[in-house]
Amino acid sequence: MGDINEIRMQVMWNRLISVVEEQALTLLRTAFSTSVREAGDLSAGVYNAKGEMLAQAVTGTPGHVNTMAEAVLHFIAEIPREEMYPGDTYVTNDPWKGTGHLHDITMVSPSFKGDRLIGFFACTAHVVDVGGRGFGADGKSVYEEGIQIPIMKFAERGVVNKDLLKILRVNVREPDQVIGDFFSLAACNDVGHRRLIEMLNEVGYEDLDTLGDFILSRTHAATMERIAGLPKGSWSNEMLTDGYDEPIKLAAKVTIADDGVNVDFSGTAAVSRWGINVPLIYTKAYACYALKCVVAPDIPNNAASLAVFSVSSPTNILNAEHPAPVSVRHVIGHIVPDLVLGALAQALPGKILAEGAAALWNVHISVRPVAGTPGRRAEVLMFNSGGMGARPDLDGLSSTAFPSGVHTMPIEATEHTGPIVIWRKELRPDSGGDGKYRGGLGQVIEIAPAEGHEFDFSAMFDRITTPARGRAGGGDGAPGSARLDDGTRLRPKGWQHVPAGRRLMLELPGGGGFGDPAERSREARAEDLSKGYVTGKRS
Amino acid sequence: MTSRHQIRLGADIGGTFTDIALDVGGTLYSTKVLTNYAAPEQAILDGIEIVVRDAGIAPGDIDIVIHGTTLATNALIERRGARTALVTTEGFRDVLEMRTENRFEQYDLSLVLPKPLIPREDRFTVKGRMDAQGCELQPLDEAALEAIAETIATGSFGAIAIGFIHSYMNPAHEKRAREILSRKLSIPISISSEVSPQMREFERFNTVCANAYVRPQMADYLSRLQVRLKEMGAQCPVFMIHSGGGLISVETAAEFPVRLVESGPAGGAIFAADIARRFDLNRVVSYDMGGTTAKVCLIENFEPQTARTFEVARTYRFCKGSGMPISIPVIEMIEIGAGGGSIAWVDAMGRIQAGPESAASEPGPACYQRGGARPAITDADLVLGKLDADNFAGGKIKLSVDNARAAIARDVGGKLSLEPQAAAFGIVEVVDENMANAARVHAVEHGKNISDNTMIAFGGAAPLHAARLCEKLGVDRCLIPRGAGVGSAIGFLKAPFGYEALTSKIMRLSKFDAASINTMLDQLKATAEGFVRAGTDGAITREVTAFMRYAGQGWEIPVPMPDRAFVDADKTAIEKAFKERYAQFFGRAVEGPEVEFVTWSVKTQDIRPEGEKVALDAGGQPASGHAMRMVFDPASGKELETAIVPRDTLPAGARIAGPAVIVERETSTVVTSPFDAVIQADGTILLVRKGL
Repeated sequence: MGDINEIRMQVMWNRLISVVEEQALTLLRTAFSTSVREAGDLSAGVYNAKGEMLAQAVTGTPGHVNTMAEAVLHFIAEIPREEMYPGDTYVTNDPWKGTGHLHDITMVSPSFKGDRLIGFFACTAHVVDVGGRGFGADGKSVYEEGIQIPIMKFAERGVVNKDLLKILRVNVREPDQVIGDFFSLAACNDVGHRRLIEMLNEVGYEDLDTLGDFILSRTHAATMERIAGLPKGSWSNEMLTDGYDEPIKLAAKVTIADDGVNVDFSGTAAVSRWGINVPLIYTKAYACYALKCVVAPDIPNNAASLAVFSVSSPTNILNAEHPAPVSVRHVIGHIVPDLVLGALAQALPGKILAEGAAALWNVHISVRPVAGTPGRRAEVLMFNSGGMGARPDLDGLSSTAFPSGVHTMPIEATEHTGPIVIWRKELRPDSGGDGKYRGGLGQVIEIAPAEGHEFDFSAMFDRITTPARGRAGGGDGAPGSARLDDGTRLRPKGWQHVPAGRRLMLELPGGGGFGDPAERSREARAEDLSKGYVTGKRS
Repeated sequence: MTSRHQIRLGADIGGTFTDIALDVGGTLYSTKVLTNYAAPEQAILDGIEIVVRDAGIAPGDIDIVIHGTTLATNALIERRGARTALVTTEGFRDVLEMRTENRFEQYDLSLVLPKPLIPREDRFTVKGRMDAQGCELQPLDEAALEAIAETIATGSFGAIAIGFIHSYMNPAHEKRAREILSRKLSIPISISSEVSPQMREFERFNTVCANAYVRPQMADYLSRLQVRLKEMGAQCPVFMIHSGGGLISVETAAEFPVRLVESGPAGGAIFAADIARRFDLNRVVSYDMGGTTAKVCLIENFEPQTARTFEVARTYRFCKGSGMPISIPVIEMIEIGAGGGSIAWVDAMGRIQAGPESAASEPGPACYQRGGARPAITDADLVLGKLDADNFAGGKIKLSVDNARAAIARDVGGKLSLEPQAAAFGIVEVVDENMANAARVHAVEHGKNISDNTMIAFGGAAPLHAARLCEKLGVDRCLIPRGAGVGSAIGFLKAPFGYEALTSKIMRLSKFDAASINTMLDQLKATAEGFVRAGTDGAITREVTAFMRYAGQGWEIPVPMPDRAFVDADKTAIEKAFKERYAQFFGRAVEGPEVEFVTWSVKTQDIRPEGEKVALDAGGQPASGHAMRMVFDPASGKELETAIVPRDTLPAGARIAGPAVIVERETSTVVTSPFDAVIQADGTILLVRKGL
């Protein structure tokens, strides 16, 4: 029977993952914000009564998943057990207790079996607006970035907090959509809870303890086995990123010990005046993601697989404290994996991919008719990706999000959301760094306001002055650029204007190459030319 | 209809077998022959010879042949289509290659994305642009098209696809481009506004390319098939079953072959829908498990669920996002890599995994004794006693329990220190759990609770696993019909002449413009009826559906609409209908946001005669006195004394208490301990949970 029990546990583990997958799907189906429904910017997970994450949905992006893993502990700390009731849902958008900026709403629901608290469900999604200055890097403190919702009850015993909804409604630009998303977040936790109870009833368990212990102990053992196979010691890496108005230095020291891996960010630049700062919880999410990709890619993500990774940092741009502005924390956050991987590459030479475009090139467009002409106003958000770094035995992926896990939106759908025309969205030849394996290509995008319109846009770009570096002799990827079609250069961050009749021209960065270019095969070079990935015109 | 076609033949070409079902005035004859990859039509002819001999008729007596095939799917999976040129809008050469800019597996840094169906050097761009409302922003560059035609003429191209941005709103540029190209080129041209007039460029361009890519090959095959059928004396018309489960003419199929993708499984869903109607079951989940994959489909009020897009040729462990999207109306099902031939293995975490790799028919599972050494699901079923080693496939294949045990011991048991039987249990549990999870998530995507359904199980491997699957899903009743082994081919015989025409038209409800909707619907109705009239002159039905959502959402829900001309005042009733449907799907309607239309569909089909109804009998008289054998029972976790009962000997109304195994020529039905089996008036087996 011991054998049979073992198998039953394995099966229930799979079931738990499918429970949270169902939770995430409910969110995708009902969400309003494009970043959730078209681009998958969300996460969902289940926790034991102590707040340890047992399983997460495969659907989701690391910045949400790994931050949310810790968020539940903050909720438990602030809401006393005796004030938790069946039917409750808790909420926050605290950047330091949630997922790093105000636009992400995290909801946590206690799961009761009878009157016994057996665990929690949590989910996170990026909503379309939180008031303040809008999604951009121009705020001087978090107070300018929008409404702050401390950890509180969204619903108690199933009854929604109407006061919170009233306050929200007057504080955000798109109240219907934002409130709609609050409801869909709460609904997805409910679905998870119902499925969990059905599963426990079916197998005759009273709580999650036995299964949770099995999951965490198995995962811990498997992860420690992987750590044991790594070389021990410390390795450091530094890099520059564009910043808002001046380049910013990032530094990391990775220490692999017998009991885990630590990343320390001492030596990183100070907190910025602009909204590009990163709360440590978000820095940690992406540092852990990078480590896990290398150390234990096939081990399910949960509290035990994350527990072997730790981060430390003095206060700086990667550990910005309240009330620093953090709206666009994802740009530097997305670069953290390249920073960590660069250190790991010294520990594991020949095994780590080159640097890539890293940060998504998000464009938030606020379009309106030119004064005195008819037309319509709209807010349009696009996610776009440059090239990924070349791998030790493969070319880099072109125009593919990494480390983010989101999708782009179809341009036909985007043009329906507002009066803009996307004239080009195409691979960018000659942008991949040369090497035995070539870096992934960036892309070229041209966006114009529709006839009789003009727009402002919030730039959230990087790798314009600091290209992705090649590895093991590989060349750098091409840097990005942002300008108007009349040649006017634009800044990588902040709100800027595109007048009627002009086009915004974006060239997204390519990934770095891997290995000596002299070793690139003749066939690969011929294919690069025949497919036009390389034009042969670049010197 | 039926009076015109008394003798009907269904032919389903699958990955391993070609199934033939012949209906002669209500009597069914069927056979399975091995699929012939070099000459697929040959297997059909061989099968026809067998069934007409059995039925005592001549090929010339057949009134109609209905055919479905995986050939189009396989051509896409194996990339064996024609060299195809894509002509597309300037600025969008790489839509096929850039995909969704997403990695479908988050942690695998060595991820390889599927190659675009049309390589970059074969993708040509031309100026000319419509906006989101279908107004021309920039005229089509006709001179540039002439130059592209010259280039294509000098290459070894076999087909052309045309896909322009926003062509689903205004197809004028695509049609003009086809005109110009066809003046200089004699190869077939497919345009996206005809093949798949739906918003979202990646899906639409991929669909038109897939159509163009398989078109020369499918057109050749279909014309060969017709010639060979005539040669053998079968002069009757041939119709094709399409992905949406309806019938289309061979000519239409040759022009739009992408509509044949997954037509076999669609036939299976129709088969299940027919059984559902016979037993008057409103909520059904069909479960079709063959050699390589399992398919699950929801059937409500005797109609299979449909969708407007799906994914073929998944390249990475059946992972969502790793294939190519095809936007056409389909019977929607979830397909996972779990069949009798799926290989079991142990991963780095010491967890048992099953599939998607399959032993297929060669070398087959270890127990087939044809050189297969790795354990398959069939091996595990055998070790657990669910199969009779001496009577598999009517005794045609002798199964070796020793081979199965050895394979399981080596690849699974040995690695986990499990006895072969425990390991076999683990393998079967994992595959059953995978199927249960997929089915459950699939139901949720449709706002359904799977346990409210009756299951209908068919396909060679399904009856072995159905009862356990029901235990896991909380399903209380499961039907295993006669002819389950060739269910899809039988389903073809039940398929209506039907077609669904779709178009995207985004419109806020507050801007509801009845006149423009009516014009658009008239066109859709003409298109849909045109296809159906090719096959029938009888009475037809028509369904109008609007796909709607709250403005700002990305997921539409289908809302049934009245089939009549609209007036502007209909707005209020439409809003009410939408909100009711929304609450049905997601619990409660949202107050505040505006409602909008996204897509309209018109579905037409001929009216089928009502089949005979059978009252479901969940009682029955206990039957006993059967041979007993030890069989592993999953619910109790041990071997139990189990009755072994030949299906043919059971009269209608007999009730067999589980655990039992009901054996027949093509498969065995496992009745696990929580279930009993009751034989229905038409020979169908009902599995019913004890105590109900």
